[in-house]
Amino acid sequence: MTQFDVATAAVEAALAAGARYADARVMHRRSESMTARNGEIEELSQDEDAGVGVRALVGSSWGFFAVPDLGRDAARRAGERATAIARASATVPGPALDLVDVEARVDSWASACEVDPLGVALSVKGDLLTGATAEAHKAGADIAEGLYQVWDTRKWFVSSQGHRIDQHIRESGAGISATVIGDGETQRRSYPSYRGQYGTRGWELVDELDLSAHAARIAEEARALLSAPQCPAGETTLILGSEQMALQIHESVGHAIELDRILGWEAAFAGTSWLDLAKLNQLRYGSELMNITIDPTIPGALGSFGYDDEGTPATQRFAVRDGIWVGTLAGRDSAAVAGLDYAGSVRADGWARLPMVRMTNVGLLPGPHTLEEMIAATDDGVLMDLNRSWSIDDKRLNFQFGCEIGWEIKNGKLGRMLRNPTYTGIGPRFWGSMDMLSSEIVSWGTPNCGKGQPGQIGHTGHPAAAARFQNVRVGVRG
Amino acid sequence: MSVAATETDLAQRVLELVGAGIEAEVTVERHALSLTRFANSYIHQNVADETTSVRLRLHADGRTATTSTTVLDGLDDLVRRTVDAMRLAPADPTWPGLAPPAPLTSTGNLDEETAAASPDERAARVRAFVDQARGLDAAGYCRTSTTRVVYANSAGQHLSAARTSAAMDGIVRTPTSDGLARLAAVRLADIDGAVLGARAAAKARAGADPVELPPGRYEVVLEPAAVADVLQFLAMYGFNARMVLDRQSFLQVGEAQFDPAVTLVEDASQPDATAIPFDVEGTPRKRVVLVDGGLSAAVVHDRRTAARAGGGAESTGHAIPGGASFGAIASSLRLLPAEGPAPVEVDGPAADSSVLALVAGVERGLLVTDNHYTRVLDPRTLVVTGLTRNGVWLIEDGVITTPVRNFRFTQSYAQALGPGAVLGVGTRAVEQPGPWAESGFVAPALRLASWNYTGGASG
Repeated sequence: MTQFDVATAAVEAALAAGARYADARVMHRRSESMTARNGEIEELSQDEDAGVGVRALVGSSWGFFAVPDLGRDAARRAGERATAIARASATVPGPALDLVDVEARVDSWASACEVDPLGVALSVKGDLLTGATAEAHKAGADIAEGLYQVWDTRKWFVSSQGHRIDQHIRESGAGISATVIGDGETQRRSYPSYRGQYGTRGWELVDELDLSAHAARIAEEARALLSAPQCPAGETTLILGSEQMALQIHESVGHAIELDRILGWEAAFAGTSWLDLAKLNQLRYGSELMNITIDPTIPGALGSFGYDDEGTPATQRFAVRDGIWVGTLAGRDSAAVAGLDYAGSVRADGWARLPMVRMTNVGLLPGPHTLEEMIAATDDGVLMDLNRSWSIDDKRLNFQFGCEIGWEIKNGKLGRMLRNPTYTGIGPRFWGSMDMLSSEIVSWGTPNCGKGQPGQIGHTGHPAAAARFQNVRVGVRG
Repeated sequence: MSVAATETDLAQRVLELVGAGIEAEVTVERHALSLTRFANSYIHQNVADETTSVRLRLHADGRTATTSTTVLDGLDDLVRRTVDAMRLAPADPTWPGLAPPAPLTSTGNLDEETAAASPDERAARVRAFVDQARGLDAAGYCRTSTTRVVYANSAGQHLSAARTSAAMDGIVRTPTSDGLARLAAVRLADIDGAVLGARAAAKARAGADPVELPPGRYEVVLEPAAVADVLQFLAMYGFNARMVLDRQSFLQVGEAQFDPAVTLVEDASQPDATAIPFDVEGTPRKRVVLVDGGLSAAVVHDRRTAARAGGGAESTGHAIPGGASFGAIASSLRLLPAEGPAPVEVDGPAADSSVLALVAGVERGLLVTDNHYTRVLDPRTLVVTGLTRNGVWLIEDGVITTPVRNFRFTQSYAQALGPGAVLGVGTRAVEQPGPWAESGFVAPALRLASWNYTGGASG
């Protein structure tokens, strides 16, 4: 019995039980992670899970049920349970529900992978992390930590409309950090970011990071931060590096354009959105330099795939064009409710979870400047990079972010290092003040995006580049 | 064959497959989760899953590997892969050894009716909640879950336990306000959708058309939902032995770092606790008084942090999956309420009469229902930024007068509860469902002298 047979049995059982639409995903995932600290391995973990999740639509009401048993009988029972749950949903029903049309394809897709991440010897991986963290520890870090994570996911999707799609996605990532303990506070520097850089690639991504080459530098910078002056408080010109820009995009654009939030489906937990569908294609989100796409087709980026978990093929789409809000992250049902004609951004973090609207790769198109040009064009300001803390309100408007490191900018030149840099703002006002944008795009991967109840962890990508903003409040402290 | 016997059989089979000469521990967990979610006053997501997983940790010749699987017909392969990984893994010099045999004082709080709850029972509570909104939009969830766990290791430790958890968490919305009610319990029968819906609706209506106040320091009354957020950060960054050993925690055992009104106890043995009464290393959870009348008294340990601490320290039973990198976390933290009459429901935005009693002592301050999106700026100072949510009101001369728009705060949670900072403690402590974990913390309302609001809703 193939995985497609299992998914088909689940779908057929859901339909036989009374569903008017059903789909099922069989998934098998192997993952591995290792952590190291001060030159010693802390933990090696290898995990495997497999199962089938079934979604059934009865009237306007959904039900979902999942089991790890991939036998035909278990799959059929799962389809029946999903339909029974949908009937219970129908006791508190919503308005009539349609699904936007998606061509029912039969296809296979796989992410590119040069070096199988699960095929690399554990000793090689361990040496990488122990070597880099030992070097950072030796260079002055009280706590030097290293981490890699890899995932190998296969999924088989079948719908009652004829979809039959299998995908094989491999993801890899790694990073190191150096923490120093001062008198009453801690400072941290990381490379290439706190949890590292991630993509839909093989171990070659980790090799290219060259972690050890950066270990001593981050330790020395963390130590230097302890005696650096505090980031001054006030309004100033702010330049953000590309890693912090990725976080800025994720929190204040990516989540805001999720259609389920806009429709109120996440109101009680993650929240809603300040965006009003009546203003789509008219609302100014930011300056004319702001062009943001939803693009799961970017090779190697963490939010890339061939098809989303509703069988919609990956397609590039604008979310913000020349500063105007023009697109959303949508699913087949939410798009129909909103009167939109596209879906393609629905995923689940495993077979046991309901597919929901998630970011794919949401990021900036390149601007006309370089970071050096931005600094040279700034008389008085602050440069910040690498995220340390993040918080934003339930409408995705009011944010406050902290970075690992800052530098003052005076008369077009970088000056002193600054510790505890923070900045705060209101989304459209902040994006509206962006007056310079670098052409140097990096597709940052975020492997820890939490959303939904039960909670799901999403993997998202964010093409980002350094950018400059005017009149930003910085230096907020407790 | 009983369900428990099946899990025990799986665990014993895995141990036999590992064989002699290797330290081995195996955990078999059967977890059933059902969650009915509603928004715009209808059920829009309704999910359930039943998963059995096996987790195996092996150690030999100074090397350790941990694996897990849900593929139960491949246990031979699981053991072979784990042994291979262990042989190839880098050295693990801080291996603390397996948990020795030790009995449980509790086998967990399981309610069979909750374990068997149907989708219709959850939907009925949603219907009751929505009906109490009386035309306003309602959103939230009703959840039931059941966990049965067997732990066995090659050192002779064998434990089994089961627990249920039920929770409802919802808001009622006006165009300008949200009102919240949330509650967790062992038994679904203790979750009344109508009571919670009525409370959320009362808050939403009382919060409509809020005014914006200037940021600054305000005296506050935090309701249990907001206090539970404070407890969560204390658990992660304060009483976590690893953070203390790394000098990343503010905590100094033996010093009076909290107000005398604060007594914090970690206790999974209480009849209302929803946590499994042992940890992932097979150590029974101990009752630990973390703060005793304002005095920092103890931290929670796993086996690695206890070994590192030395001086006779023992695991308190608070290891978590992946804890080698993060440390030990309290699972059933409770801030003890003040003694006083049992609270009753009240009209208006306050959660109950206990909250109103705290409000009565405030000359000018804020009543805060909930905190949102809280993140730590520096673990050592425990400075946290976040926002208020789901209802804030101005208190003047002991009376709730005006709904207020949300604030952003940047506040040291340690200082907020410091000596002289706690002006009152509520008389009812209830479990608040956690935002991610299924076990929440038990918290009463608190009246605090100062909270640092650093920004208003408009920036």
